[in-house]
Amino acid sequence: MNAIAQPGVGLTVRGLRKSFGDREVLHGLDFEVRAGERFVIMGPSGSGKTVLLKHLIGLEKPDAGEILIGDEPVGASGVMDRYRMAMVFQSGALLNSLTVGENVGLYLTEHRLKPAREIEQIVADKLALVGLEGLQDKMPGELSGGMRKRAAVARALVIEPQLIFYDEPTSELDPLIAVTIGEEILRLNQRTRVTSVVVTHDRQLGFGIAHRMALIFDGEIVALGTPDDIQASDHPEVRRFLSANFHFDKEKVSP
Amino acid sequence: MFQNIGEILTLFGRSLRALPCTWRQRRKVLEQLFEIGNASLLMACVLSLFIGGVLALQTGPVLAERGLANFIGQVVGLSLCRELAPVMMAVLIAGRIGSAMAAEIGSMTVYQEVDALVTMNINPVHYLVLPRMLAIAIALPVLVLFAILIGWLGGALVSFYNYQVAISFDAYFTSLREGVDVLDLVNGLAKSAVFAVVIGVVSCHQGLQTIGGPRGIGRSVTKAVVNSIVMILILDYFLTRVLMQLD
Ligand SMILES: Nc1ncnc2c1ncn2[C@@H]1O[C@H](COP(=O)(O)OP(=O)(O)OP(=O)(O)O)[C@@H](O)[C@H]1O
Ligand SMILES: [Mg+2]
Repeated sequence: MNAIAQPGVGLTVRGLRKSFGDREVLHGLDFEVRAGERFVIMGPSGSGKTVLLKHLIGLEKPDAGEILIGDEPVGASGVMDRYRMAMVFQSGALLNSLTVGENVGLYLTEHRLKPAREIEQIVADKLALVGLEGLQDKMPGELSGGMRKRAAVARALVIEPQLIFYDEPTSELDPLIAVTIGEEILRLNQRTRVTSVVVTHDRQLGFGIAHRMALIFDGEIVALGTPDDIQASDHPEVRRFLSANFHFDKEKVSP
Repeated sequence: MFQNIGEILTLFGRSLRALPCTWRQRRKVLEQLFEIGNASLLMACVLSLFIGGVLALQTGPVLAERGLANFIGQVVGLSLCRELAPVMMAVLIAGRIGSAMAAEIGSMTVYQEVDALVTMNINPVHYLVLPRMLAIAIALPVLVLFAILIGWLGGALVSFYNYQVAISFDAYFTSLREGVDVLDLVNGLAKSAVFAVVIGVVSCHQGLQTIGGPRGIGRSVTKAVVNSIVMILILDYFLTRVLMQLD
């Protein structure tokens, strides 16, 4: 593995099905993510987005169908060695026994890609990027939920991946930080041409960064295309999902 | 429990294949060793003093009645180093260290930390299992050695002070030296090394299998300890049989 970032790698999903017990969660998904693309997956809670991501990075085995990274099946031996991949978990999934700094630098230290001094520097830079400067020596348990999420983003950025999966990168974040993270997702993609798959509920983020997006309802893709295509979709569920907004009656409050 | 044996053996095989990476994981092995020693050395010493003591207390009067008090060193010495110290220490460590391993790896599994390792292309067997297995395989025989020595001492104290036995330290240790040779010691330590591997692999396997939340972790810990102890006791019989043939 060399230090210079390699360009993104494409992803193909064909006929992906998955059941837990006798409940089918993914009902046969087909789509393709092109190399270097920013692909956004949106859908309501419980529709199977996290399960889908876990399949894409090889943490779950499909019951049927196949997933290709480049043109190799994701489960094949050595695929993880050939392509650098990263995932930002919905929960952050920092290692609780390590400090924040060790977590962020883990990929580099375990694979011995850089000398310790340099790793320290990179860790400091990436933490600063997500607004956590100087928190290297804290333990994950001492951070707030949103801070853990940001540390997880930093940990993924350090990998300089060719393929990156974000599971709800901006949930739990305040609007200011959410914007920073969104910009970082965009910048990483533009700088290294990393193929980025972003799962989110955040319509602003989704439409803001997507080249193309897929809407998934109940384990099925109901719409797929550019943000404009999706906006123009007349699928009723899609319309409902996109147009849902708070409508509070302004109460007449007596002073 | 027994349907898992295949998986446990697979995990054992994978950790054996990971052995060449030991050097890279040396810091973690040392950390684990330190933790194990810290958590169990004192307890092991105190317990073995009493185990040796009670052995002398049970056998001493019986031997003395028949005028065989002089053999007590031999009886205590042999049973401690061939059987009691390895088994008791293994049970102790299964409860003290196996449970901790299952809990730690179990919570890492439940909270997706293991998944995170996999996505970073870090093999959990190398990163989590190997250091623990090695550390326990080194630590348990050392603990057993301590336990044997201190158990002998406990036996000597009881043999001396118990009025029904009342033989001198000198007589006790002479008898012990006549009855126990280095091979017996090696025999006990070899057993304990096998037990250590059983505890390590069963606990790590159980940890990695954990599903569900905190309750799942609790279940894993219980299973890890119970399964380790059951396997240790069953294996003990067969190991003893085999080692007897070798003598
Ligand atoms: N390991 C599992 N065992 C059984 N069922 C599961 C498992 N993982 C997920 N599911 C089920 O699969 C469905 C989809 O879950 P998933 O986590 O993918 O939802 P999601 O789209 O990510 O939702 P959210 O937006 O709330 O994160 C849920 O109904 C969930 O109950
Ligand atoms: Mg999810």
